[in-house]
Amino acid sequence: MMKRRMVTLVAAGIAVTAVMGALAGCSAGSDDSSAEGKVYYLNFKPEQAENWVALAAEYTKKTGVQVDVQTAASGTYETTLKSEMAKSNPPTLFQVNGPVGLATWGDYAADLSDSAIYEHLNDQSVALTGDDGEVLAIQYVQETYGIIYNKKLLNDYIALPDAAITSIDEIDNFDTLKAVAEGIQANKDALGVEGAFTSAGFDPSSDWRFKTHLANIPLYYQFKADGVTGQPATITDEYLDGYQRIFDLYINNSTTERTLLSSKTTEDANAEFALGKAVFYQTGTWAYNDIKGQAVADEDLGMLPIYIGADGEENQGLTTGSENYWAINNEVSEADQQATLDFLEWVITSDEGRDSLANTMGFVTPFDTFADYLPSNPFILADAAYTAAGKTAVTWNFTVMPSEEWKNGVGQALLQYAQETGDWAGVETAFVDGWASEYKLTNG
Amino acid sequence: MKKSLARWGWLFTGPTLAAFIIGFIIPLVLGVYLSFTEFRTVTRSTWVGFDNYAKLIGDEIFLHSLWYTAAFAIVTTILINVFAFAIAYMLVKKFRGRNVFRSVFFMPNLIGGIVLGYIWLLLLNGILGFWARSITYDATYGFWGMVILMCWQQIGYMMVIYIAGLQSIPAELIEAAEMDGASRARSLRSVIIPLVMPSITVCTFLTITNGFKMFDQNLALTNGAPSRLSELLALNIFNTFYGRPGFEGVGQAKAVVFLLIVAVIALVQNRYARSKEAIA
Repeated sequence: MMKRRMVTLVAAGIAVTAVMGALAGCSAGSDDSSAEGKVYYLNFKPEQAENWVALAAEYTKKTGVQVDVQTAASGTYETTLKSEMAKSNPPTLFQVNGPVGLATWGDYAADLSDSAIYEHLNDQSVALTGDDGEVLAIQYVQETYGIIYNKKLLNDYIALPDAAITSIDEIDNFDTLKAVAEGIQANKDALGVEGAFTSAGFDPSSDWRFKTHLANIPLYYQFKADGVTGQPATITDEYLDGYQRIFDLYINNSTTERTLLSSKTTEDANAEFALGKAVFYQTGTWAYNDIKGQAVADEDLGMLPIYIGADGEENQGLTTGSENYWAINNEVSEADQQATLDFLEWVITSDEGRDSLANTMGFVTPFDTFADYLPSNPFILADAAYTAAGKTAVTWNFTVMPSEEWKNGVGQALLQYAQETGDWAGVETAFVDGWASEYKLTNG
Repeated sequence: MKKSLARWGWLFTGPTLAAFIIGFIIPLVLGVYLSFTEFRTVTRSTWVGFDNYAKLIGDEIFLHSLWYTAAFAIVTTILINVFAFAIAYMLVKKFRGRNVFRSVFFMPNLIGGIVLGYIWLLLLNGILGFWARSITYDATYGFWGMVILMCWQQIGYMMVIYIAGLQSIPAELIEAAEMDGASRARSLRSVIIPLVMPSITVCTFLTITNGFKMFDQNLALTNGAPSRLSELLALNIFNTFYGRPGFEGVGQAKAVVFLLIVAVIALVQNRYARSKEAIA
């Protein structure tokens, strides 16, 4: 009888210890609020994930303040942010994509009017403000996108007897771009490529290039023509024929059949360009990290504006703007908020921070502390060249697109058009009628 | 024995009960509450009453998902149970290599949903590529793709349950039926199936609820393409939640409706199947 009691007691003891261990593990997480504060940054850009982690580690080594960097996978930032914000240890530093993002997260953004990052902005009007004028989000990187091209392969094409142009500078409008792309596609075996353009993939990692970035061009021209500022309740289809022209060029002169595009990813397109299998690739300055150091040399990288056949496009430059605004979480402790502000100040004023942002990550920043740190990313240099030549940069208007649903609708309509199960009228409906209905649904 | 249970029972069921309350009951109650509110993150919400439910009525995509999912659940339930039973029936008698066959049929069940969806995406797109098409060409391609995937994954699991059910039938009953002159088919219909009914109850319940709940494989295989026509209910709820600012409450309302539908169907099916069980 004694033995049985002993065994039961021991077993009970083990069970209790196991439960205590599990519960202790649960509560340990929320105990670290030290007087120093800590930083938790939810990063938007998977291309720079490792760079941020390294930079954070340097800061921690220097100051002892804990900086945790997590990155959301491509296309999942909003969903990750939503779930992280509800936890007891939410991000202290996060990102909004512009006015639409701020509409969702404005209540969570701290006032940054006294912060170092606001003071150091070259142009303080680019910061996003709330209804009472408080500064809620600050742009931290300006990016440029367009059609990047492989200079060596393009020059090989020019050397062909039936080439449509004699020098790359002649490509300053849609018709020339079309002639060149079709010429490359017809001579692809002679040039050793699989297509003029990389695959226009519709996997979620890649479809934003067409439903957001490419859709920006007709929107830009329509807003310019009609003098639209801010987020309009309705849009017109004025430049959608141009949208169709350029999209047709992408899908008919590519490495992949237009009916097989649904599963192509951004990695596929990156690989096709970086390994010299395609000449043109619609992407931006952020892609430099993924492409460099492979089969295409830095001096062979160039970027063209995305021409759609609009009037006056010979003066069009590259598409430059920002969808990346830092915001600090006002729900975390004062110590954490201050620690985050200090971290950001260090990032934009210290040598290590500026070197990382400008050279490693290749960012063009709107801060005045970066005067000596100009990036060597060839795409950024291309943008500077177009600006110096007096071309007008195309602004980023997709920050006012009414919702993710609108973008998804356009994306799906484009996919159906590409795989020939739908027609262009479907794209126009999703674009114009979809905008009006999404605007109504999200604005009341 | 009873005294021991009373004294120590709470200690041993305690952790599981705590986990059940934390991981299931609390989110359920919170979810039902949130379906009557508008919120951005689950900790900050404002009460709006039945507004979210009102928004469901005009939602055509939701209604399409509902029919699509119901069709999917019915088709997979029938196919999985028929095939699983047939394979179990064949693998009940002893022959060399029987265990190898059982393991091989069971193994697909061990692969997680997302990986499975991705692998089948590559396979199906590879095959459809011969006709220059991909799985997003039509919602029916997505439907049958998911049916194939689900069957491949679940047949092994249900087979195991059916084997257990078949093995529990006393051999004397089969022999008695044979001696009475019953053919194989007759003894299957009148002796084996009524006695295997408990397994059939369990398997039908599992396959119907799995069919309604499927998410990972849907996300990986089609992600709703084309134009959200191959979206099952769970993916529809997910997309509602994240697709527009201000629709998180609507997504939660859909989840509550989803819960009610699946609970009703499962209970009705369970009640019906139990009434058909024979006792050996």
